[in-house]
Amino acid sequence: MSTAAVAVRAPAHETESYLEHGRGVRSWLFTLDHKRIGIMYLTAISACLLLGGVFALVLRLHLWSPQGALVSNDAYNKLFTLHGAVMIFLFIIPGIPAALGNFVLPLQLGAKDLAFPRVNLLSFWLFVAGAIFFVVVLVVGGVDTGWTLYPPYSLESARGLGILLALSAVVLTGFSSILTGVNFIATIHRMRPPGMGWFDMPLFLWALYATGVIQIISTPVLGITAAMGFLERIFHLGLFMPEYGGDPILFQHFFWFYSHPAVYIMILPAMGVVSEVVSVFSRKPIFGYRFIAVSSMAIAIIGFLVWGHHMFVSGQSRWASLAFSFLTMLVSIPSAIKTFNWIATMYKGAIVLKTPMVYVLTFFAIFGVGGLTGLFLGLLATDVPLHDTYFVVAHFHFVMVGAVMIAFLAGLHYWWPKMTGRMYHEGVGVASAWLVFLGFNLTFVPQFLAGVLGMPRRYATYAPQFTGHNRLSTVGAFVLALGLVVALAGLLHSLRRGRRAPPNPWGAASLEWTIASPPTHHNFDETPRARGPYDYSGLHEVSEEAGWVREEGR
Amino acid sequence: MDATAQPAPAARQERGRFLAVQFEDMAAQLATGKLGIWLFLANEVLFFSALFVSYGVYRSHHPELFRYASQFLDWRMGATNTLVLISSSLAAAWSVRAAQLGNQRTLIRSLVLTVVLAATFMVVKYFEYSHKLHNGVGWGTACNPSPELLASLPAAVRALPVPAHLGTFFSLYYLMTGLHGIHVLVGIGLYVWLIVRARRGDFGPGYYGPVDAVALYWHLVDLVWIFLFPLLYLI
Repeated sequence: MSTAAVAVRAPAHETESYLEHGRGVRSWLFTLDHKRIGIMYLTAISACLLLGGVFALVLRLHLWSPQGALVSNDAYNKLFTLHGAVMIFLFIIPGIPAALGNFVLPLQLGAKDLAFPRVNLLSFWLFVAGAIFFVVVLVVGGVDTGWTLYPPYSLESARGLGILLALSAVVLTGFSSILTGVNFIATIHRMRPPGMGWFDMPLFLWALYATGVIQIISTPVLGITAAMGFLERIFHLGLFMPEYGGDPILFQHFFWFYSHPAVYIMILPAMGVVSEVVSVFSRKPIFGYRFIAVSSMAIAIIGFLVWGHHMFVSGQSRWASLAFSFLTMLVSIPSAIKTFNWIATMYKGAIVLKTPMVYVLTFFAIFGVGGLTGLFLGLLATDVPLHDTYFVVAHFHFVMVGAVMIAFLAGLHYWWPKMTGRMYHEGVGVASAWLVFLGFNLTFVPQFLAGVLGMPRRYATYAPQFTGHNRLSTVGAFVLALGLVVALAGLLHSLRRGRRAPPNPWGAASLEWTIASPPTHHNFDETPRARGPYDYSGLHEVSEEAGWVREEGR
Repeated sequence: MDATAQPAPAARQERGRFLAVQFEDMAAQLATGKLGIWLFLANEVLFFSALFVSYGVYRSHHPELFRYASQFLDWRMGATNTLVLISSSLAAAWSVRAAQLGNQRTLIRSLVLTVVLAATFMVVKYFEYSHKLHNGVGWGTACNPSPELLASLPAAVRALPVPAHLGTFFSLYYLMTGLHGIHVLVGIGLYVWLIVRARRGDFGPGYYGPVDAVALYWHLVDLVWIFLFPLLYLI
């Protein structure tokens, strides 16, 4: 065996892993290690996914019958508000960047840590504080405004303490997100190893970089808007409330200036995961590397100019609507470029249907539908009848759940051996992917149909002709939940029973797979020299236990 | 292979006291820290931006309201504070140079001068705020100027009716200057921290990143005020 192969495997036996480096609760809660902070984020966002998921199941059960089967109308409004707020602010936005990105980004750079480890820990604790605020919102009676918190309704005197807590939580989680973005961008700029120029980076890093730009530029606007709303509610400043001379449309502009780019905070890291997985499991270098990299930046930049498409029926000028509609069409171009490049990567590849790849294939199907139905909502003529129907609900769930959550699951399974040092059961993983895919489509395809037929969103009751659609949807939601439980069970089971993971179980070429699984406290003993992240030459599988090793000149 | 196992204690010592483990050398640490603070400042600009946009929207909708309400602000106070803050920015820049040159005495003096000027700014601000609040000029619905204050306005302004929603101007005034004031207070805290570290002898030509970073922050705080002064006082 060549020396290269020995050097790859040796550290695993020589030094303790990051999981063993320091024991006790305090060594986790106050750690500066990006890997431990990533794991803590992963735990926290999974708990939030569970919470938001339970809300969703209660909502779906309620909609079993047209008059509502379970809760009062008032409770329904509060449940869908918190379902949206928890899922968006506490799961989807921090999901891939803060949990997977925190763990993987320094490893892919061959770095010992992020640029600012203390800022990273602060970001985590701000997130936890925000999450606690959202739970307290629930305790003090909830909010029933929808996650968009539009005034004047949301800032009326009748809304109690809940809205103030929710606005505070938005500020806290917002700053958590900003700090993550600052950290990622500074790290990618300054800490790339020798041999890694901008166009030699793994595409996941390009995606996180583009995400960081959006986090830094758009999130502070949401922060100050929430703060203004907070003060308006208490002191009647006359900024957003018409009765005091304010302009509620201004709030909508500010809100969507953040919340539309936030969609790209969600989807860009997901696209980064897909770019990694599709290449590794097609055993073929990624097709159109530069196009995928640059399209991430294009999405980030154009994404700032399209917020008005949420306000076509809010009373904004029709000329503004026309411009926003056109710009919205533009943003679909880089998304399509990515999709075609992924498909081209698979063409004539040796496709391996391991769990991450199965998830990614379902991503393609769902993202395709989610993206194309977005065009209907970006066009003025079709948006007006479809606005505020279940078509919108189905569209954004296709993108946020179907695409982002599935990419999160793909990435979680892909990097799980690196994070934990254990292999999960492959059969269970694949089964979970199919259950999630089937459950997802069963839930949301009927919602497209109900939306086209005119069923409005956000109502606790519905007209009897939609009973069939809603019952299919409810059954689908439970299948989806089952799929998630199976995935979770498979992963947790592997922690005790899983086979030990080799440094490189998938035959991937980026730097995180050249070190032990799980990595040591400082990741790399010395700064490695980077080579192409999709250069699979010389990699071959020794055995299932030993994984893949690279032998030069083979 | 044994060579990779343990970093020798000697090697760790020569890395220097303030070099974090994730950086190769002090130059890399300095450059990364500076980039980080610039990114943070970009976020700060956007944080203020919604207030500036609100200002633009309401001023274009109600120009008469802004002309009227700005009469309640004393441009002499604002001008004084502008001079005070620009001077403190000079002192801050001076402190960076002193740290780079390793001139300990000048470093501490310029840091102290920055804090003194920043505190002066807040004292002037305190007098402005308290004068307004005593005369009933609060924000939003709490804006009911006292008859004495209205009587003290120039005759041409006094003749005009009090515009509706006068408080919206003062909502923006207090939000913008208040958020700026919070930044000044944070800056004072940061400069006190720098003075403590400078007295300990932490800074010199080899390590001056924190002095540099806080000075960049301080220049931004100064810059925001340079926009606030004409927009609010000189309408």
